[in-house]
Amino acid sequence: MVDQFRDWEQNRHTYAKAWKEKTGGKVVGYFCTYVPEEILYAANILPVRILGGHEPQDVSEAHIFGMFCPFCRDCLAQGLKGKYDYLDGIMIAQSCLHIRQAYTSWIKHIPLDFQYYLPMPNNVQSPHAVTFLTGELKAFKAALEKWLGKEIGNEDIHAGIKLMNESRRLMHQLYEYKKKENPLISGEETMEIAISQQLVDKKEHIQVLIQLLEKLKTGSGAKNTGTRLMLLGSENDDIQFVQMVESVDGTIVIEDHCIGTRYFWNNVEEVSSDPLSLIAKRYVERPACPSKDWMDRSRVDHIIKLAKDYDVKGAIVIQQKFCDPHELDIPAITKELNNAGIKTLFLEFDVTVPIGQFKIRVEAFLEMLQEEDLFV
Amino acid sequence: MKIPTYKTEQLKCWNKAKEIRNDFYKNYANAHENGGLRWAGGAWSFGAIPAGLGDDIYPITGEPYGASIAFDKELSLRCLEAVEKRGYARDLCSYMRNYWGSVILDEYAFGGKFPKPDFIWQDHICCSHAKWYQVASELEGGIPTFCIDVAVGPYTEVTDNRIEYVVNQMHDGIEWLEKTTGRKYDDEKLIEAVHNECRSTSVWAEICELNKAVPAPLDEKSMFSLYVLGTLEKHSKKVADFYEELLDEVKYRVENQIAAVKHERCRLMSDTQPPWGFLKVFRYLEKFGAVSVGSLYTFGLIGVWEVKEDGSWGPRTTPKQKGIKIENRDQALRILTDWNLSKPEWQHFYSPHLKSDMMTRIAKEWKLNGIMLHYNRGCEGLSIGIAENRLALIDEGYPVMTFEGNMGDEREFDEAQTGSRIDSFMETLGLEMIE
Repeated sequence: MVDQFRDWEQNRHTYAKAWKEKTGGKVVGYFCTYVPEEILYAANILPVRILGGHEPQDVSEAHIFGMFCPFCRDCLAQGLKGKYDYLDGIMIAQSCLHIRQAYTSWIKHIPLDFQYYLPMPNNVQSPHAVTFLTGELKAFKAALEKWLGKEIGNEDIHAGIKLMNESRRLMHQLYEYKKKENPLISGEETMEIAISQQLVDKKEHIQVLIQLLEKLKTGSGAKNTGTRLMLLGSENDDIQFVQMVESVDGTIVIEDHCIGTRYFWNNVEEVSSDPLSLIAKRYVERPACPSKDWMDRSRVDHIIKLAKDYDVKGAIVIQQKFCDPHELDIPAITKELNNAGIKTLFLEFDVTVPIGQFKIRVEAFLEMLQEEDLFV
Repeated sequence: MKIPTYKTEQLKCWNKAKEIRNDFYKNYANAHENGGLRWAGGAWSFGAIPAGLGDDIYPITGEPYGASIAFDKELSLRCLEAVEKRGYARDLCSYMRNYWGSVILDEYAFGGKFPKPDFIWQDHICCSHAKWYQVASELEGGIPTFCIDVAVGPYTEVTDNRIEYVVNQMHDGIEWLEKTTGRKYDDEKLIEAVHNECRSTSVWAEICELNKAVPAPLDEKSMFSLYVLGTLEKHSKKVADFYEELLDEVKYRVENQIAAVKHERCRLMSDTQPPWGFLKVFRYLEKFGAVSVGSLYTFGLIGVWEVKEDGSWGPRTTPKQKGIKIENRDQALRILTDWNLSKPEWQHFYSPHLKSDMMTRIAKEWKLNGIMLHYNRGCEGLSIGIAENRLALIDEGYPVMTFEGNMGDEREFDEAQTGSRIDSFMETLGLEMIE
């Protein structure tokens, strides 16, 4: 049912190269989902999120001190190994200190025609964040125009907004199916769709997703009857891990990750006003990365609501090793989940995960949750 | 190699520096006795702004407080373990963990119970900054907190939009301070504090500039005890005046070739905060005739610099020196923003390459023979990009030694291994221990 998405996820570089050849367009790699893809699509650029390879590597050690997260080191390694040799440009929207090192090392050691550091505000709860970001988006648009040698008009940006909104709206439709009892789509399948959403041309992704939604409407697909689980925490595109969880009778029905819900949860308002300020508002108001979730903890209520809406029985809290922003949120979130009656299992992730050990821990966690059902 | 011998003597104003530091912690603890207020925040927070609430507003800045705890190994260990028991990871900022531990244990490093702040006034450039005080507030059962985001990009790319964002938050902050404390805000006090901050941070840079002299009048271990005053109250008249006094004394030392290290024959710099419980590694260097003359950290954590007409690095010219009269609140806040955004230690948050350029400049202008980089597991903010700095300095032809450690968690510092690394480094520099 998700073969096309899986193919895109597994052959992301082949896809991007073919896209370039087919369209003659430019490809920009990006770090962090605060990058406003609407503007890149408005300029007919394919945005591709830089992700890790989940293989041990030895090329990033000289560039990033080992106390920073394995994800940022893995991302840089992909660049140093030439996996992204088709990129025309690279950019980042300001988020955590870890991932920005992948960007800053990249621009020095793998120079490209276009590079951009977008100072996305951290104080997203400030009344001045939208105005500030709007100004920064104007500067970003101007930099793109200079690079491309053409103007990006408001109608182009509105088209970019419409495309991104459609992609996000369809993901919401998909996730509605995950609310149902014994959902027809698994966590692993969902992750394939979510990862590929950040890799391929949204127009193509939308078409295939519409076909999938049609199938789901008719009730086709295998039922996932495992214990309903939530996944949350640091960046996570570890499909092998999700497959393992679902192989031992868990079903991941919802997550709070930047691959997945944090990426697509809210839309840009489609009204006829300055499109850049509308985009700015969307990114300021989206479910926050922990690095921006202050002074109020907006993530806690959001996560509890997700857990309730999706009727989860337990939550697996994962953290990329050394991920300070999540380390600063996990105790508060775990406490509130437990207060809401949702048990948690904490696991620390690296580039590769010890799947055997984790399997034992996940099985024990599921047994604990299932026993509770037994004695209710 | 001929071993030089210089005159050396203790700093005359040393005890005064200690007194200012002790008073700072005492005043914070005793603030309520005379109806004053206490606030907590980071060493980089805009302390000049709460100064507009009155002369009886006493801060405690988290990083130097965390370092003070680290210096007391027994207390530090108890603090760190108390934090771990609450479920926080041990690879988080060790200053922050020492601070939280002090709150959890309700023990003030300078005696008595931890004095709860009346409000929190923070700024944010590192991922841990705002979150530090989000948790601190929770641990204390809720403290009114305001935080200003200053992560708007490097000073070389500053724009009106970026200045405006910071200034607008500051204006909101002043309204918030009035509302939170019930006090009326005094713009004249703000203006005075802004002038003092510009003066103290520029004069500190001037003091560091004097260390270009051979022999160096100051060694970095001593500088740690002096720069710290700027991390406590850089906006205060007391600190600005002290730095002027120190400047005169350091000028005298340069004129009279009074060295920090008697047999100076090798000049080094370090990077990031030192392992506070093990400052003796700097004394160990002296046995080889090596002196660490500073670092971007000691020069630029609070020091504010500019490129002078001859292309060299020197203290940034203050608004007063330029003849600028600050007339109102908005102008004061704009000057404060612009001044701080140019701070050297804020630039590497956006690019290690900017930091490498500054380090290379220091290596050249301060006539260095080698560099010791502390790969500091305790601070993600200052260790960011350090591996790229190493590569860049090697490219520039400087011998670079690295050692891993932690500024505030002694469990992550291997003293014997660091000693062995220093031995090897000295050997590569052709230095033997001086009898």
